[in-house]
Amino acid sequence: MDIKVNVRPSDGETNIVDLVGEIDVYTSPVVKDAITQLIDDGHYHLIINLEGVRYIDSTGLGVLIGALKRVREHSGSVSLICTNPQIKKIFDITGLVKIFSIFENEQSAVKALA
Amino acid sequence: MTVQQESVNVVELRIPCKPEFVSVARLAVAGIANRLHFTVEEIEDIKLAVAEACTNCIQRASDAKEIALTCEIVPKELRIVVRDHSVHVPGEQDSSDLGSGGLGVFLIRSLMDEVDYRHDAAEGTVLRMTKRVGGIL
Repeated sequence: MDIKVNVRPSDGETNIVDLVGEIDVYTSPVVKDAITQLIDDGHYHLIINLEGVRYIDSTGLGVLIGALKRVREHSGSVSLICTNPQIKKIFDITGLVKIFSIFENEQSAVKALA
Repeated sequence: MTVQQESVNVVELRIPCKPEFVSVARLAVAGIANRLHFTVEEIEDIKLAVAEACTNCIQRASDAKEIALTCEIVPKELRIVVRDHSVHVPGEQDSSDLGSGGLGVFLIRSLMDEVDYRHDAAEGTVLRMTKRVGGIL
């Protein structure tokens, strides 16, 4: 399975989810399970690092949207780290740039949540 | 994968209607698109569109056993047809409804130059899409 998920704590209540690989209909359940587990455990401020993601499709976007919906029920947030132009283009086309806070690097994402 | 005679320039691929095979279709079509000298960005668009079409078959057509892709290579243009041979339930969804089939179809329509998405009684659900090199008409 071509996706790796690593969760690590950041400052305060924030957790960073590092994703490496491709997120499609086959691999997105792995990402969904990891994020769902985090939220179930009461972590409502997430930074999802897409820097290692080479490819994402609508199922991957669906996982991110689902996560955002769930954390917002608890006044939480989902921020993204993404510089890949092809992936940013998909967020642009779908209008998700208006819904997610997208940062160039981890430092600025953490700083924005502080 | 069956590659027909060079002069015909048609490549056909059939994959099981299962999530683990979508990446196979994606990569195969990327290789075909590369022969037409699409830019890297255009090839990424085609890969995503094909993957979305296959994903749509998997998520919507539970009765489909395989997905058939036909890639027609013409000068400056790649025409792709994705069929799933699913059984259509009359009254459940007509052809016009298929045009608004969620985020995946929205992406396909955004990334490709021409898209036609309909159900055909004989062929099942058929998605035809075209990408032109440089987006030229």
